Amino acid sequence: MIWQIDLMILTLVVICALATITIKDLLGAAVVFGVYSFLMCLLWAEMGAVDVAFTEATVGAGISTILYIGAILRTTRRSKD
Amino acid sequence: MKTLALLATLCTGALLLYGTKDFPAWGDPQSPANSYLSPKYIEHAVQETHVPNLVTAVLGDYRGYDTMFETVVIYCAGMAVVSVLRRNRSQ
Amino acid sequence: MKQLQEKAKQRQLGDSLIIKTAVRLMVPFIQLFGLYVIVHGHYSPGGGFQGGVILGASFILLALAFDMKTSFKHMSEKVNAILGNLGAAIFIGVGLICALVGGLFLDYSALNIIIPLGPVEWRSFGIFLVEVGVGLAVMSIMVLLYWNISSSGKMDEGL
Repeated sequence: MIWQIDLMILTLVVICALATITIKDLLGAAVVFGVYSFLMCLLWAEMGAVDVAFTEATVGAGISTILYIGAILRTTRRSKD
Repeated sequence: MKTLALLATLCTGALLLYGTKDFPAWGDPQSPANSYLSPKYIEHAVQETHVPNLVTAVLGDYRGYDTMFETVVIYCAGMAVVSVLRRNRSQ
Repeated sequence: MKQLQEKAKQRQLGDSLIIKTAVRLMVPFIQLFGLYVIVHGHYSPGGGFQGGVILGASFILLALAFDMKTSFKHMSEKVNAILGNLGAAIFIGVGLICALVGGLFLDYSALNIIIPLGPVEWRSFGIFLVEVGVGLAVMSIMVLLYWNISSSGKMDEGL
């Protein structure tokens, strides 16, 4: 656990989380959410929980992004609010 | 309304951050989670199951019910999506 | 999005030779890695859930790069349903057999009565059987979710 890397990843995680809820374009929000998942995966791996990091990388960054994009394709791309 | 929501979020966040002060430090060997059950797993898991990866031993053997219901949850999610979305071609 | 879809349909934007060839080359290796993650879960990070998701992602990649018909050619809907139910049944079946031969539910060392390998070896092998069940169930459910969501249940054309 190196605190410089921790601080960098945590800052990026917060930035990505704020970007996900503020972006109006839902396709962009889905991609930024994938980036958030991948940063969380880096954080888990850096803290030594490699199994959790593996699950986060496959499910969070891989499958759920594709499912979001599939759902956006069948609904609308712009958020209403 | 929006300021009220922001206020509620900030209050909850501050409470949660205040709660983390009572957490043990990262990797603390004296913390409650690390002082009763974990040493037992670390000492006996390889002898009892012949699985070098402790996480797999705990997930598959000692905590088999957890993994079973995890599979059941995934299965139920798939069945729910199929029963809501699937349409036959004839209709 | 609708305009983009129509434009893609007119100019065949989805039909890129580079993407198709790359995916055709990549998919066998992705599936091999998924099997490795399931089987090698005893010794390295991984296990049934992660390996199943990787195996499912390979079929989703086929459906993304080609179309949904191609992914049906490699794994039809019937085979998918059979594999999903089989995976969940393997897990619960192993637990039930343990209970039936005299042990506790999911206590794999009781299976030593059927094939005498030694109780400790049976606990290791029981974890392996369970991981294979989880992998099969998760793979087919992930592919099923993608098929249903991206074609809104009609199963004719996807993303």
